[in-house]
Amino acid sequence: MDLSTNYLGLQLKNPVVPSASPLSRSPGMARALEDAGASALVMYSLFEEELQDQQTRQLAFLTTQELGHSEAESYLPMPADPGDELDNYLEQIRKLKESLSIPVIASLNGISNSGWVENGKLLTEAGADALELNVYYVAADLELSAETMEQRYLALLSELRKTVSLPITVKLSPFFSSLGHFVSSLEAAGANGVALFNRFYQPDIDVDSLRVAPALHLSQPHDNLLAMRWLGILHGRLKLSLAATGGIHSAEDAIKMLLAGADITHLCSTLLLHGPKQLTRILNGIEVWLEESPYDSIEQIKGVLSHQQMADPAAYERASYVKMLESYAVNRTAWD
Amino acid sequence: MTRRMITLDGNEAAARIAHLCNEVIAIYPITPASPMGEHADAWSAQGKTNIWGSVPHVVEMQSEGGAAGAIHGALQSGSLATTFTASQGLLLMLPNMYKIAGELSPTVFHIAARSLAAQALSIFCDHADVMAARGTGFAMLASNSVQEVMDMALIAQAATLESRVPILHFFDGFRTSHEIDKIEEVDEATVRAMIDDEQVAAHRSRALNPEHPVVRGTSQNPDVYFQARESVNPYYTKMPAIVQDCMDRFAKLTGRQYHLFDYHGAVDAERVVILMGSGAETVEETVDHLNAHDEKVGLLKVRLYRPFAAADFLQALPDSVHAVAVLDRTKEPGADGEPLYKDILGALAQGVANGDAPCAAMPRIIGGRYGLSSKEFTPGMVKAVFDELGSEQPKNDFTIGIHDDLSGSSLEWDTSFRTDASKKAVSALFYGLGSDGTVSANKNSIKIIGECTDLHAQGYFVYDSKKSGAVTVSHLRFGPEPIHSTYLIGDNEAHFVGCHQSVFLERYDMLDKAAESGVFLLNTTASADQAWDTLPRRMQQQIIDKQLKFYVIDAYHVADEAGMGRRINTIMQTCFFAISDILPQEQAIRSIKEAVENTYGKRGKKLVEMNFNAIDASLANLHQVEIPGSISSKFDKPPVVPASAPGFVQRVTAEIIAGRGDNLPVSLLPADGTYPTATTQWEKRNISLEIPEWDEDLCIHCGKCPFVCPHGVIRSKVFDPALAKDAPPSFKHVPVKGKEFPEGWHISYQVAPEDCTGCTLCVDICPVKDKENPGRRAINMVPQPPRREQERENWEFFLGLPEYDRRKLRPNVIKEAMLTQPLFEFSGACSGCGETPYLKLASQLFGDRMMVANATGCSSIYGGNLPTTPWAKNPDGRGPAWNNSLFEDNAEFGLGMRVAVDKQSELARELLVSLQEAIGAERVEALLNAEQNSEAGIHDQRERVSELLQSLKTIDKPEARRLESIADYLVKKSVWIVGGDGWAYDIGFGGLDHVLASGRNVNILVLDTEVYSNTGGQTSKATPRGAVAKFSAGGKPAAKKDLAMIAMSYENVYVAQVAYGAKDIQTLRAFIEAESYDGPSIIIAYAPCIAWGNDLAQNHQMQDLATRSGHWPLLRYDPRRLDRGENPLQLDSKKPSIGYRDFVSNETRFSMLWRSHPDNAEQFLQASQLEATARYHHYEQLAAMDYQEPKAEDEKE
Repeated sequence: MDLSTNYLGLQLKNPVVPSASPLSRSPGMARALEDAGASALVMYSLFEEELQDQQTRQLAFLTTQELGHSEAESYLPMPADPGDELDNYLEQIRKLKESLSIPVIASLNGISNSGWVENGKLLTEAGADALELNVYYVAADLELSAETMEQRYLALLSELRKTVSLPITVKLSPFFSSLGHFVSSLEAAGANGVALFNRFYQPDIDVDSLRVAPALHLSQPHDNLLAMRWLGILHGRLKLSLAATGGIHSAEDAIKMLLAGADITHLCSTLLLHGPKQLTRILNGIEVWLEESPYDSIEQIKGVLSHQQMADPAAYERASYVKMLESYAVNRTAWD
Repeated sequence: MTRRMITLDGNEAAARIAHLCNEVIAIYPITPASPMGEHADAWSAQGKTNIWGSVPHVVEMQSEGGAAGAIHGALQSGSLATTFTASQGLLLMLPNMYKIAGELSPTVFHIAARSLAAQALSIFCDHADVMAARGTGFAMLASNSVQEVMDMALIAQAATLESRVPILHFFDGFRTSHEIDKIEEVDEATVRAMIDDEQVAAHRSRALNPEHPVVRGTSQNPDVYFQARESVNPYYTKMPAIVQDCMDRFAKLTGRQYHLFDYHGAVDAERVVILMGSGAETVEETVDHLNAHDEKVGLLKVRLYRPFAAADFLQALPDSVHAVAVLDRTKEPGADGEPLYKDILGALAQGVANGDAPCAAMPRIIGGRYGLSSKEFTPGMVKAVFDELGSEQPKNDFTIGIHDDLSGSSLEWDTSFRTDASKKAVSALFYGLGSDGTVSANKNSIKIIGECTDLHAQGYFVYDSKKSGAVTVSHLRFGPEPIHSTYLIGDNEAHFVGCHQSVFLERYDMLDKAAESGVFLLNTTASADQAWDTLPRRMQQQIIDKQLKFYVIDAYHVADEAGMGRRINTIMQTCFFAISDILPQEQAIRSIKEAVENTYGKRGKKLVEMNFNAIDASLANLHQVEIPGSISSKFDKPPVVPASAPGFVQRVTAEIIAGRGDNLPVSLLPADGTYPTATTQWEKRNISLEIPEWDEDLCIHCGKCPFVCPHGVIRSKVFDPALAKDAPPSFKHVPVKGKEFPEGWHISYQVAPEDCTGCTLCVDICPVKDKENPGRRAINMVPQPPRREQERENWEFFLGLPEYDRRKLRPNVIKEAMLTQPLFEFSGACSGCGETPYLKLASQLFGDRMMVANATGCSSIYGGNLPTTPWAKNPDGRGPAWNNSLFEDNAEFGLGMRVAVDKQSELARELLVSLQEAIGAERVEALLNAEQNSEAGIHDQRERVSELLQSLKTIDKPEARRLESIADYLVKKSVWIVGGDGWAYDIGFGGLDHVLASGRNVNILVLDTEVYSNTGGQTSKATPRGAVAKFSAGGKPAAKKDLAMIAMSYENVYVAQVAYGAKDIQTLRAFIEAESYDGPSIIIAYAPCIAWGNDLAQNHQMQDLATRSGHWPLLRYDPRRLDRGENPLQLDSKKPSIGYRDFVSNETRFSMLWRSHPDNAEQFLQASQLEATARYHHYEQLAAMDYQEPKAEDEKE
């Protein structure tokens, strides 16, 4: 069985790639993922806001450090080298490149020119095999139109493309009103791939403290259906690579994504929950399925159930509510 | 040989040598010695090695007693080991020191000498601590300056190895431990040359070792103990010669020659002063001055104080001497002289008797005390001592530096006396806020001058005892000659005075210090044209009279433009160099920029850029003000306290507030350390530029803002609106919401404008959001200055309104509980402090019957540091009675209070019974069986006691007189034992545990900041895994101790774990339940601290995240529930809803480890996550246990 796949021009030994997560912060964990069978690794995201926040905090820290009290001139040991999030990230790329043989994809999250272009260059120099641009922005500004937002991303991507020769993939949220068109524009601006979809961590409200607080909910298997649909729509209609991300918890989930048209499948929540061995289990599951299927390779199964290949493209294009509701109705109880 | 000059303070100088010469370093925080341990820990964390190429192990212990025990063990096991301490810490080490010396184990303890707690604690310098160690058998070696600290630390290390006698190496706390000097470095090669490896091997050969076992530490009987004690004599006999030999070898290596006693002065001096410590430097400077002006005086510095080498002492003294004054920096009440005086007296008497003395006749010898608790010791005082020696009947047992109008011990001195040396040096004074970076910039300026010029440099920093709005005064001296001035820059001495905050103009007479033709630099928002008019009249007059040059800069504007917020230090530093001409301007600016790069790291590009921009913009914004010929100002400094303040406050407190405490005579100070409470109200500090303003239309009267206010500046009162008819026009009050109050009554939320520290937590907690104006709440921050007068008037009016009747309030409802008067107000705690809301809450609920035993720490400093105390009184004159015993004994101290209260209560009840006939059976019955579990019950009992006291007057029996003195104890007393986690988890844990086990009715409040906050944020056993703290520069590897679980194991202890920022109502309930429980109660209160590195405006958020992540589960364990067949444990917080990562990534103490040690950080995080989940699960299971089952089974049987 040939599990290999081509993603962003990189020849990967299989289609299972851990997505950006804290797991890549530890070189030991990264090696464990490689040993478990990962064919590439997307690093945790370097947030532009995090870098800015770091500077703000550093200034605040240095300011509040000095207290002027007779028993305590300062608090916290002043580090000899205060360190820097960007430096640490670049160092982590170097460390991972040294210890891993699989490609390392750096993940960058930002919304400004300096965030993408300047840092993109540094990540390239540090040895990343590809860049993933993580589009994670809540456009809460009521004056900001969808078009303006899209143009901003496209302009940044074009700018980055001019300075970076590495493959670039863009991780998107599902909240674009015309996603297909936008992906097509990204390809035109130089993107080599897209990853569908990013998940936003939604704030929650605590009714006890009357505060808005972050809430972490890991993905659930049914979260992947939206991505599957869009992979099916996009597969074969554009040249760029497609990655499925969000809600892939089993071999079956991964196989569905590949059948819909993904070149690779990203794992995150399931690895956080079950550890690197889960990757091996999923990989084995794909292999067993492939053996039992009429196909010999991943390349063969990619997109066989995509929009293009389906006899009824409407299954993807329309959300057939009536049908869905009818199918739900059969489960009604005798009292309904 | 050219040696490297370095600028550093005494603590660092000692720590450098200690770290190079040792393998095991046991540490424990105590001011002013903590930095030695901090340096050692940081260096070992960075992998710095000792002279044998190995990294010393640094281990933090639970107390100084523990540190000394660990050192004893390390020495017995063949290691080279050391420790650092001061004051009470040294006292705790004494038992082990007898052992270490008794077993002839070589070691050096480095001591930053500090006063001992007597009538009060003091962190400042004298020799009371080291003098208490005289009997231990440790040799004692004194250093007088930073240079000597580095030199003597090494000489001591060499001498102890050779002699086997352990050495206590001491230098003056703050004056030497914290003074920054330019000194010649003792490099590693010199250290290597001084330490003899054969002696190290000999030490190791004596170690306990199962390969060749011995026993030490035996128990001896009357037959041999005495002889064995005398067996060490030869070691002590040889010791002085060994020390001198080491001094001589050191001199060959460095050119600096020391002797056991060093004489300085005229060869034919008739009058000689003898002392040890930093004061000797000032005496040296004065002796040189006097001799240059045709006097014949001398100084004898005692370096090796124990063993006292009398022969060497006699040799060192000039034979011309007629009169000797011995100065002791300590007091031994009841003795007929202080220790050094007695030693000198004895040595001279024996010398003269034996014919060994240089003088044939006994010189006149007087002894005196100076410099207690860092009291200034100036050349004028030294001259007064020499003058006294020259008088016909010199006073013995004198004091110098104070005005003793009680016993008449003090000598008068000339405050205007100056030495030639002090006139040659350039003196500069800087008044800054602790938080504006003035001190670090000045330390840096000394380094720049030290490194870029041949000038000698000295820096000394006077810090504040307040933590919010702390003021620092930096004293800098530079000059071509070595600087021996170990005293502050005095009046008319400063060539440069920098005022970094214009609010100080109204507070400090800083131009008193300015020298003729000096420079005054002011940071002000006023332009050069307007600045003159912002000065008080007196200051204008001084500028004219002294012909000062006056410069101004709007440093805040420059900082703001550069994006640096309120960080003005590099700007003011640039201006100082620009005006002072100490260095060529370009060179100075280059050096400042280099220092900025070093501080912010090469990668903090933006921060470096911001600073560079600010530095470059400084000069363009610096303007000289033209001085008019006459004063034009319309105002002068306001009075320190209003005329309405009580007499004691007027006479004493106000003087201390004004900075004139040095002038207070002995007779005005209470002899037993007793001071009035409720005095912070007189110290109006006006430290915040913004204060909260109540929006009475939006407010829902929930009471949350007074609950969280750390300084007790927001109050609420409900009152009859008829009382407000004469209110100031801007006083706000509206009909109170809620049927529980009388119809038509009003409520007011009022802010004390001059006491607010501007923490913004009231705004943060406000649950009301203005729907039409997003971001606006029912309380909002507004500029203070334009509202100060008006709100002061409103505050006064508010205070005059009657308190709401406590009997009619439900204390377990926040809104109603917050109508009670805080009896803890306006403390000097940090703005946004996480501790004080808990104390304030306790004071509101129980303050009128509260006794507080307070462990040393932040809460004892903001609670009891003179001049004022935040513990207050209600209109009846009742309020918390407070005392701080020590750090280590607080639980026991509080238990003692409880036992005494119980005993006196019991006695009163017995007396009542015995007087039943005279008092009346019914009244006695009512007094004995009074219900005192409610405000109404306590009120009624007070009434009964009041009536009882009246009737006792008519009873002519001795029992009646005895009952009169203790009748108060028939009213319930609430004993509170308060302290931080350093006390509860570490140094006081043994006592705490014992008190929990005692079953007595005490309430223990642990203010858990997860570090030793007061001494600067050192690691305690409450510090969470993965947090960076002092003594844990690489992140704390061990998990936090679960104190609640330990306390619950007793089963008869009420236990609560609370975080008011996460769930205020749970905190309120816990306090009420704990106090009502007739047995031991412990409340472990989560208290975010400035030492965590975050802005405390995030205080509530930090508490909330700690609770949500499972780091700080909220719980209450009430043994009374067992009686009802209920599970005693109630888990009050929900299952962790966010990851531990979300909690730690919000806090600097954790997140800084990700940058410095990312691998450790991740590993610690994973462990903490598992722990948090497991702990919650464990509590959840405990809380779910069914306690009714066993009973049901019994019934079946």
